[in-house]
Amino acid sequence: MSQLPALVGVFAYLSLLTVGGGLAAFPEMKTLTVERFHWLSSQQLIHLYSLGQVAPGPNMMMVAAVGERVAGVAGALLVVIAFLGPTGYLTLWTGRLWLRLEGWRWRASIQRGLAPVSIGLLAAGAISLAKGAIFNWIGVIIAVVVFALLLGTRINPALLVLCGAVAGLFVFGGR
Amino acid sequence: MSDRAHADDAAPPVQVTLGEIFRAFLLIGATSFGGGVMAYLRSSLVDKHRWVDDPTFVQMLAMSQSLPGLNSTNMAVLAGDRLRGTPGAAAAIAGVCLPGGLIMFVIGMLHSAHGDRPLVTAMLHGVAAAAVGLVAAVSVQIGRKVLTRMDDLVFVALAVVGINVFHLSVLVVLGGLGALAIWWHRPRAEAPVLPGR
Repeated sequence: MSQLPALVGVFAYLSLLTVGGGLAAFPEMKTLTVERFHWLSSQQLIHLYSLGQVAPGPNMMMVAAVGERVAGVAGALLVVIAFLGPTGYLTLWTGRLWLRLEGWRWRASIQRGLAPVSIGLLAAGAISLAKGAIFNWIGVIIAVVVFALLLGTRINPALLVLCGAVAGLFVFGGR
Repeated sequence: MSDRAHADDAAPPVQVTLGEIFRAFLLIGATSFGGGVMAYLRSSLVDKHRWVDDPTFVQMLAMSQSLPGLNSTNMAVLAGDRLRGTPGAAAAIAGVCLPGGLIMFVIGMLHSAHGDRPLVTAMLHGVAAAAVGLVAAVSVQIGRKVLTRMDDLVFVALAVVGINVFHLSVLVVLGGLGALAIWWHRPRAEAPVLPGR
């Protein structure tokens, strides 16, 4: 149970890095939960993160699964509150302020400047995930097929990830 | 309460109850399988309930993307606040997160108990590889809309190199590069004379 304060601190900190999306915080989440606190292995984190992409709602609710692994129900609950509370509060007040700053010239600068940086953070998160998730050419093929189908068709991503699970069972299950 | 002070910004046609807000966001949170919560939010808030109009939605979306926090939970807070102040924001974020949170809690328990079985691990390798394709596609889709100039690509490249090559903390990259990018796009007194314009 002594892990609870660390859980709260880590996930409150991580939430502040999620500019542009949860993926932006992935490299830091890996550093902290795997290398620093040893709450789970890199492979386990990647698997939970990937499952979180399929769950409905915000794609970072996988933090509940990390909290559960470390400290059961209390861990899951505290991690979710730590991850959503501070940024939710910040958004609430910034949102109200933002409306009054309609004419402030730096407002446009902030939005314009952070846009490419946040996409860079997403790309860095995707690369960090790929480094851990893909370890042979079959993985590369699965990723490339999913990537191409998502950009080229309107297929539901959850269905593709399900196909990935079936493919994984057949391809990686035989050894 | 002072929460009413900005109600004139986007007065909803009828008074929306906290229960209605919670139910609407709960439905989004329970049905938005496979990501893309933003599309579900738009169809619910703008088309179905008519709680916000389209320009307001686009403005809130831009704000959600610039602020720390998940885009979908930021949208829930902003929309909930517009409808019913702080309690509305709390109802909206709770609703949108509850189904996925419960599902991931159960998945976490199952994963702790059975995640190391060879067949489960094999399946999860496939899921993880598919997830890489998914997050790459989402990043490209967002990037295509935003990255319009050469200098944008430089910022993207600097972030990637900083994090993936030099293993800098995301906080350092976000703070340093973010400040640099905001300064790069700083307000200018006169229209700058740039080549290619």
